[in-house]
Amino acid sequence: MSHRESADLAFETTENLRRKRLIGRIFVAICLISASIGVIALIVLLLDVIYEAWGWLNLTFLTSPPSQLIEDYLPGARGAGIFPALIGSILLIALTAIFTIFLGVGAAVYLEEYAPENRWTSLIEANIANLAAVPSIVYGLLGLALFVRAIQLGSSLIAGALTLTLLILPIVIVASQEAIRAVPDSRRQAAYGVGATQWEVIRDVVLPAALPGIMTGTILSLSRAIGETAPILMIGAATTMFRPPITDGPGGIPIPDLFGPFSAMPMQIFDWATLPQAGFQHIAAAGIVVLLAVLLSMNALAIYIRYRYETKV
Amino acid sequence: MNEALVTDGITHDVTTDSASINGETILEAEDLSVFYGETRALNHVSMTIPERQVTAIIGPSGCGKSTFLRSINRMNDLISSCRVEGELRFRGKNIYDTDVDPVALRRAIGMVFQRPNPFPKSIYDNVAYGLKIQGIEDNMDHRVEQALRRAALWDEVADDLSKSGLDLSGGQQQRLCIARAIAPDPEVILMDEPASALDPVATAQIEDLIEELAEQYTVVIVTHNMQQAARISDLTAVFLTGGELVEVGPTAQIFGNPENQRVEDYITGKFG
Repeated sequence: MSHRESADLAFETTENLRRKRLIGRIFVAICLISASIGVIALIVLLLDVIYEAWGWLNLTFLTSPPSQLIEDYLPGARGAGIFPALIGSILLIALTAIFTIFLGVGAAVYLEEYAPENRWTSLIEANIANLAAVPSIVYGLLGLALFVRAIQLGSSLIAGALTLTLLILPIVIVASQEAIRAVPDSRRQAAYGVGATQWEVIRDVVLPAALPGIMTGTILSLSRAIGETAPILMIGAATTMFRPPITDGPGGIPIPDLFGPFSAMPMQIFDWATLPQAGFQHIAAAGIVVLLAVLLSMNALAIYIRYRYETKV
Repeated sequence: MNEALVTDGITHDVTTDSASINGETILEAEDLSVFYGETRALNHVSMTIPERQVTAIIGPSGCGKSTFLRSINRMNDLISSCRVEGELRFRGKNIYDTDVDPVALRRAIGMVFQRPNPFPKSIYDNVAYGLKIQGIEDNMDHRVEQALRRAALWDEVADDLSKSGLDLSGGQQQRLCIARAIAPDPEVILMDEPASALDPVATAQIEDLIEELAEQYTVVIVTHNMQQAARISDLTAVFLTGGELVEVGPTAQIFGNPENQRVEDYITGKFG
């Protein structure tokens, strides 16, 4: 190909280029709108509930049992609030966390590190992924049949925690598997090379490296579980409880009442929202703010853990 | 000595072999074949490796040289499709016998990998790791210092042993990995292209180190850098495609006057 004469060189913007740039800019605008919609919706929702809850949300609301009378919630009255449901939710999530971490991490370690690569393992893995997509009400039905009826735990705190565990377990297993898979094989080999057994490799190399990912996945799943209403509704959690699910342990130390009835924040909020008196919409909003505050702090913790420990890979 | 490979006898006596003759056979492959599924990676390999010398294994990519190295400490066991035929004897004991525990074997045969792979722990903990899992707890500080000195890293890191191993340069990381491998005092050190990910200065340091290590340990090194093999090894084995050992002999002879035409072609750069 011969070189063109410099007079032939034209670098002006052509009509064709201008049209392509316009399409590019429209595309950017569409993407930006898509990205903004979620954030804007969240901000509007937050502002709306905070506006509705304003004046009703105070310390007394956090520390008092609920009431059917709207007057009790007013400042200076005898005080009413979300206390039993708040404690119920926290205990429920704490129990769920314990069950989920043991079962989820155990299953993930088995599938990634021990299970032979065969058709059975792939079948199990595919089904765990499928279970993550099962609607939560189905887990509620399962919890009702299995924990409440068959094992006769009743509509208790522990039955609720076990049901929520079933609900989030598939997500935790998949997240943990991904975290374990991300551990570089070279590091496993390094440990094997100095004479570590498989258990030592998992304990010293795989789990420490995978733990931030496992924790992040678990906490995000738990923050999904804390807002779930359908499963605990199915197993018969109370809509309104006047005292938290806490009982006297040995020596009068308060301990969680694992086998007693309980309420949780989503149930209590649902109850308030269905009460006919006009003021209760504000009470429900105040409950939502508390629930969101707990949920967002859990997510913040997950982000902190990821940031703090995953910077070094 | 053979008992050292069996599950419980993890202690091995280094003092007894201090008087042995230079060049006594420590490793011996006889008719060794390795398969990955249906693919043959090593084809009836027989050779002996002398004690306290550097044996280089060279050959083009895919010739089975890494497979051979990994069959010496049974790292191939970690690949489920891998199958071994023939014998590989370590001080006369076939390491593929059923009573040999690969974990106990790897405690006598250390390994250094292609890419530096320190643990995300402190320098001290990296070196101490092998000692700890082998149940050696006494004189830990001294043992760690000894290993770092032998790996020619002590002077650079002595002030800051609590620093993360990952904060070191590539060459330092690889010397840390060598320190980790020699800390439990193995008899053999396997090296799988240990300098291929390093710059020339770091490579030269590793090469000097390997020659020093051979005074105390048996070193088997895989490399595809022929100059490196010529510089540092006493014995060279040439593997060519198909997992076949074509020629093995003193390094000077292999590079100066190889018997096999294919080896000569490979070494003079006609292929590979």
